[in-house]
Formats: sequence, structure tokens, C-alpha cells
Amino acid sequence: MSAARTIGIVVFPGSNCDRDVRWALEGCLGLSTRFLWHEESDLAGLDAVVIPGGFSYGDYLRCGAIARFAPVLEVVRAFADAGGPVLGICNGFQVLTEMGLLPGALTRNARLHFLCEPSSLTVHPGRSEWLQGYGEGDSIVLPIAHGEGRYQCDPDQLASLEANGQVVLRYAANPNGSVGDVAGLSNPAGNVLGLMPHPERACDPCTGGIDGRRLLASLLG
Amino acid sequence: MLDPAGEATRAAAARLGVDGVRRLRIGKAIELEVEAADAATARSQIELLSDRLLANPVIEDWTLEMIEASGEQSA
Repeated sequence: MSAARTIGIVVFPGSNCDRDVRWALEGCLGLSTRFLWHEESDLAGLDAVVIPGGFSYGDYLRCGAIARFAPVLEVVRAFADAGGPVLGICNGFQVLTEMGLLPGALTRNARLHFLCEPSSLTVHPGRSEWLQGYGEGDSIVLPIAHGEGRYQCDPDQLASLEANGQVVLRYAANPNGSVGDVAGLSNPAGNVLGLMPHPERACDPCTGGIDGRRLLASLLG
Repeated sequence: MLDPAGEATRAAAARLGVDGVRRLRIGKAIELEVEAADAATARSQIELLSDRLLANPVIEDWTLEMIEASGEQSA
């Protein structure tokens, strides 16, 4: 057996799910983690990178807009381009779209409310490295907690995403007005995943369901 | 592009008794003071900022209004 894999967890000023992700990966799955402060630029020794939820830089200007220029994300972009696994959860998904690693944008929920509730989802794993633990069409429940989760892109873009099998997670009952019921997107290669729901909050039985565990368990290799 | 905050505000305008508001969109205005050699340079700098940082062209449109400050006058 090789040594335990080590996962980088990006921390911006205003991130608030970084410790939840650490607990899910270390406490629930036995992986090693390393926090990556936003000014860092060394990813040596990391097997994957997670951009957690929260309010990076206070969500000033737009969610993820300032984070996109953080030094750590320059190396995360190179890591992703080289095929490294990158996961963006909630604010992390917003950051991935602002960076252009995933297309489209996340905007204010259709009915304006901040939503904090369990959400039923359908999984379409396709090529996503992160979702190979699930079967096509699996129904799972993950918590959502966001005010800006309404996925938007133009109709041609959506048609292309669907034709490429990049819409890998869909809401069963669309809570926020996202086009195509998009809850999570993969890049074409399958190594980058962005999703609004929180798999890290569905790993430890003491907080409820564990439907997110198989997603993060993909990191066990 | 759906603007839920604009729609909610439009509904409130009707409740205030102001009918006939057909469209209400909410955006943001950003004021910049830029020092540049000339207006063309200033414009190209602000256009870069608008396109890459201040607005996300996927979901936002932007327009630019330039007001040239007189070099001799102080504000």
C-alpha cells in the first residue's frame, strides 16, 4: 500500500467549510489533508485539491470574482490542466466558473431566499472521476446552503454540456431556478467537478445521511 | 436574464400604488478615478477591468461612461 493520499483544501479569507471538508476527509475517510492559504503557490505532494464553500473575500463584487485572482488558484489551474482532480463545492463551484474551468455562472436564487435544506439529486456520473462510486440515475440526498446557486448559461452552451455528459448532478425538484436543473458540472476530461450541494456535510452519520461519502471516497484511489 | 431582485422591487412598486412600471432591473454602478496619459489609454484600461474583473460577461452587460477631469482643477 502506498502512503495515505494527501488532499489540499484551499482557504480564502471568508471560507467557512474548510474544516468540514477536513473532517470528512480525515475523520470519516482516513485521508491526509493540507490547508492551502490563498497566497500559497506550492501544491507539491498533493493528490487532489478541494475548493470549499463559504464567502471568499466576503463575496464582494460577485461570488468568486476576487478569489479568481488569488495566487493559489494560478497553480490550481495548472494542476487541473495537467489532469489533477479538483473539486469545487458551493462557493468553490462559483470560483471554478469565475476562473473559467467550468462554463456558465451561479446567480441569485430565483426566489431570492438563502436556501438551507436537504436536496434530492439525480447522479449521472459519465466521465466524472469524482462520481464513479455512483450508478447512472442514482438518487441521493445532499444538503444545500446557498443564496447564489441558480446556474445560468445560454441555451447553446447548455445543449453542448448535456450532449457531452457534463451535467453530472441534477436537482430532482429544482430549488433555485437553475437552467437544466443543473446542480453539478464536470469538465470534459472528468477531473474537475463543481457542485452547489455539500457532500462533506453528508459523510458523518452523526449529522444525518452519508450520501456524499462515495463522492469523497473517490479520493481513496 | 432573470433579475429576481428587480422583479421583487417591481412588485413592491405596485404595492406602493405606482402602476405602469413595466420593467425594473437592478445592477450596480462602479465609480473609478483613473490617471492615464490620455483618454484612449484610460478607456482601454477600464474596458479591460470591466470585462475581466468588474463584470462577468456570462451574466452581466456593462456600459462605460467617461467623464474627463480637467487637469487644472481640483475637486
